[in-house]
Amino acid sequence: MPTVHFTDAEGTVRDIEGNAGDSVMETAVRNGVPGIVAECGGSLSCATCHVFVREDCLDQLPEMEEMEDEMLYGTVVDREDNSRLSCQLRLAEDTDLYVTTPEAQV
Amino acid sequence: MDATKTGTTAAHSVSADATAVEGAVRTGLLIIGASQSGVQLAVSLRALGFDEHITLLGEEDHRPYQRPALSKEFLQGTVESESLIFRSNEYWQEHNVALVKGQRIERIERESDGSGVAHAASGARFPFKRLALTVGARARKLDLPGAELDGVVYLRNADDALALKAQLDGVREAVVIGGGFIGLEAASSLHKMGKAVTVLEYGPRLIGRAVGEETSEYFLNAHRERGLDIRLDARMNRLVPAGDGSRVAGVELADGSVVPAQLVLVGIGVVPNTELAEQLGLDVDNGIVVDRHAVASDGTTVAVGDVANIPNPLPGAPEGERIRLESVNNAIEHAKVAAYSLMGRSEDYAGIPWFWSNQADLKLQIAGLTLGYDSTVVRRDDERGKFSVLYYRDGRIIAADCVNAPLDFMAVKNALAKGQNIPADAAADPAVVLKTIVTDG
Ligand code: FES
Repeated sequence: MPTVHFTDAEGTVRDIEGNAGDSVMETAVRNGVPGIVAECGGSLSCATCHVFVREDCLDQLPEMEEMEDEMLYGTVVDREDNSRLSCQLRLAEDTDLYVTTPEAQV
Repeated sequence: MDATKTGTTAAHSVSADATAVEGAVRTGLLIIGASQSGVQLAVSLRALGFDEHITLLGEEDHRPYQRPALSKEFLQGTVESESLIFRSNEYWQEHNVALVKGQRIERIERESDGSGVAHAASGARFPFKRLALTVGARARKLDLPGAELDGVVYLRNADDALALKAQLDGVREAVVIGGGFIGLEAASSLHKMGKAVTVLEYGPRLIGRAVGEETSEYFLNAHRERGLDIRLDARMNRLVPAGDGSRVAGVELADGSVVPAQLVLVGIGVVPNTELAEQLGLDVDNGIVVDRHAVASDGTTVAVGDVANIPNPLPGAPEGERIRLESVNNAIEHAKVAAYSLMGRSEDYAGIPWFWSNQADLKLQIAGLTLGYDSTVVRRDDERGKFSVLYYRDGRIIAADCVNAPLDFMAVKNALAKGQNIPADAAADPAVVLKTIVTDG
């Protein structure tokens, strides 16, 4: 089972098992993980699914497309080098991903 | 949206529970409408520590799901129905929200203290202490001879989308009636799936209710370039049946010509579901009239989302201006306001209204509300395929339509949220990054 470890801005960690093929955003929202809003339901229109990815996990992720890159300039908490929009991150069977959610999304 | 698996059985077991509770006390909150706003209301209430019973009741046989993808990803088959589900069953159980599916409320009995019982068409009864109406809107029906023919479809809910998908195979040519968001999204999806698509719009321009003329014009040209046959000011006589008489074969225009179609998709707007509110004697005027805190005219019922007629939530909007917003963003933000209300707190609408619509490779994002605009600025960069229109009222920015231009969208949304302005003269240069020219006050 793919697993995503969500750390919120206060440091609380939630380990969530997901399904391969789902996005990190979907995995969070369906299980009520706070810190991911995802107003647009993953259609890359809202930038409210912002996460910081732990550095050593960045390699396993797909490259960012231009639209995601531009959207990241509009997040409420400023982007960092390890910022991604979690609706663009799909889980694979062996995914074991560590992300931190920002203090605010809207 | 697993109708077949979890439809009636689950619904019955939950409604039986609810009926059992009735004898004792009328407790808790009944949310009628398992919609985006209904779901958000339940979620926000639990997050705020609301400790009474919550029943979230919907008339569809599906678990609450997200609608926007129905005309896009779901129709095109790029997402599964399962991924449209808002929350897992475990989530609802853990948060002590009773989910009731497949129950249509027909009548509500109420006491003077606001508590009462809602009666479903099935005969099931749902007692409540407090009531929330998140009943949304339904597709406006086409009023033309032949509108009842097979192959004439709407796209408002999951069953509509499933029915539409089920008949796509035999379709070569499709007509979409209505050039608004739903119509153009669906038309783009059908085109992408290889159908020849004609869009018939009654009005003089596309998406006329939601965007200004420049944006309409941009979409008209962009869609025509991408292969949609779009007819504006279209007048229709009737839908023409095929030889055997039961299925649609085309749309007859006022000049007598027929646009052939094995499928006619109607997207001509929605009608708010105000029947229950009327029955309860609530003020209704293009939706259920609510105050700044989502409370209806009886002072106790909350009404949220598409069905609610709300004070214009844009900061600085004139007193008394009202609007009914049909959007995910509004369903969410308005539900939060209502959740505070139910907790006895008066909080204002937070955030800037925004909308999105994906049509083919055109990603439209709208920030703010154009209500009352008096001038516009167009930013266009054809080389990079970007296009934005900024809307001004008395020299202040109030909204923007942005096509494939998320930086513009984000800049305007953030400026509006902070009460900042983006001066029109400087914004006119498309090479200027909007974020760098915002001014305070
Ligand atoms: S969910 Fe909206 S951009 Fe990711």
